[in-house]
Amino acid sequence: MLELRNLSFDVNDEGGNKEIIRDVSLIVPDGMLVAVTGPNGGGKSTLARLIAGIEKPNSGQILLNGEDITNLSITERARRGISYAFQQPVRFKGLQVLDLIRLASGKHLSMSDACDYLSAVGLCARDYIDREVNASLSGGELKRIEIATVLARGTALSVFDEPEAGIDLWSFQRLIQVFEHMREKIQGGSILMISHQERILKIADQVVVLKDGRVAAQGDRESVLPSLIGTASAVQPCRRIDPEEDA
Amino acid sequence: MIQLDPIQKRLLMEVADLHKVPEGAFNIRANGQSAGRVSTANIDITPKADGSGLDIRIKPGTKNESVHIPVVLTKSGLTEVVYNDFYVGEGADVIIVAGCGIDNCGTGDSRHDGIHRFYMGKGSSAKYVEKHYGSGDGSGKRILNPVTEVYMEEDSSLEMEMVQIKGVDDTDRVTRAELAAGARLVVRERLMTHGDQRAISAYVVDLNGDGSSADVVSRSVARDNSYQKFDAKLVGSARCSGHTECDSIIMDNGRILAVPGLEANDVDAALVHEAAIGKIAGDQLIKLMTLGLTEQEAEEQIINGFLK
Repeated sequence: MLELRNLSFDVNDEGGNKEIIRDVSLIVPDGMLVAVTGPNGGGKSTLARLIAGIEKPNSGQILLNGEDITNLSITERARRGISYAFQQPVRFKGLQVLDLIRLASGKHLSMSDACDYLSAVGLCARDYIDREVNASLSGGELKRIEIATVLARGTALSVFDEPEAGIDLWSFQRLIQVFEHMREKIQGGSILMISHQERILKIADQVVVLKDGRVAAQGDRESVLPSLIGTASAVQPCRRIDPEEDA
Repeated sequence: MIQLDPIQKRLLMEVADLHKVPEGAFNIRANGQSAGRVSTANIDITPKADGSGLDIRIKPGTKNESVHIPVVLTKSGLTEVVYNDFYVGEGADVIIVAGCGIDNCGTGDSRHDGIHRFYMGKGSSAKYVEKHYGSGDGSGKRILNPVTEVYMEEDSSLEMEMVQIKGVDDTDRVTRAELAAGARLVVRERLMTHGDQRAISAYVVDLNGDGSSADVVSRSVARDNSYQKFDAKLVGSARCSGHTECDSIIMDNGRILAVPGLEANDVDAALVHEAAIGKIAGDQLIKLMTLGLTEQEAEEQIINGFLK
């Protein structure tokens, strides 16, 4: 279980001190998929980075299974059971897909075990296992490999930052299936997903709306989602161009 | 055959992956003398009359055979210049493994300058693997200055893999190649320097025949206070294609100078160069740390992958 208590985070930029996250408290219970949505610039990605330890909060606490991990490093949090899928997966020259999956699993996985993780995200393992994680892979391919590394870690908490960002519509349909599958096999673990895609919100147990760095709404999907449909917090992957817009 | 000591055996393992006497033709040179030489029916290794090196003659049509000619130096202060000439016969297809390991525990500089000349016959093909390695904690430097000259006849093909990852203090590498029609040269260089090491690598590849091609790629890492210079020049004087790439990571106070050069003397010459130098991206470190690696482990993995 992940618990955020009164978390706040500011940055100093040209315009002076800017609050990105203000007094956010929320709980991601075991066995649940919690989706965090909200308009762009509302602080969603920052929240994910705070949980992974990439950013440190100015105040408040982060607890994982009751332990205060607020001051732990990225590495220590990862070892305690937090996985984090980047919104924009990182490319590596020379490192192969197999290397990355092995590093994620923390052990010397057999080739066939590593392949299972790729198959789970809809990639033909034979075609990808030896590929370098470099610019030769498309955005959608990288995104799936990123998800495969999270699967290979198999930790108690998995955080996904806009898993649908930057991928084509066709891949998005497949990705939803991957998450539905993850949702079914969640068991004791929990998933925190940053997304404003309606399709993703529809598979969440709970939905949190983050707006201007604050929690604007929080609750079961059934109670929160209906009010979001048609707003920037629950968008369709593709919307037809209005005739008026066209003109 | 001269008995090799444990240090010499270790060096042989590092530079030529040799755990025992290799199969096929070989010559092992230890501290300036031959420590064993074997020719085969198709590959003849003979010392030059003036004792300056070896002539390696590979008969036309020889397939799937290998030649090992590693060199090890364990005597501090030893300086040698060796000329080895390879004559790869028409249509032959072989693997050539060279490499030099220096262990210097003394105060004198140990230096091996190997001059390798390749005469690639028509339609012949070869893979050449050369590893450099240095060890020993003496104040004497470990110096390697390899010169490689490649003369490629029609439709011949040569793939060169040159690796220098550890322990060599000073290197000045010069590689020159001349390619006739249809000849193909591929070079993969991997280099890591640390401490106060200095490594210079210069290439001049003349693409003289129609349909010839060259692909010269260097990946390198410069750590600590080391310095590297990569100077690759392709000269296209026919309908040919050429590509050079220098991709480098700098760390600490490392310095790298990349000097890519292209010269097109024919309207059908297609030449490309790419060069990139930079430190390890912060995102790469963070990604591996989110997988549970420490920053240092992440750095090692990134470099290992980069130089793989």
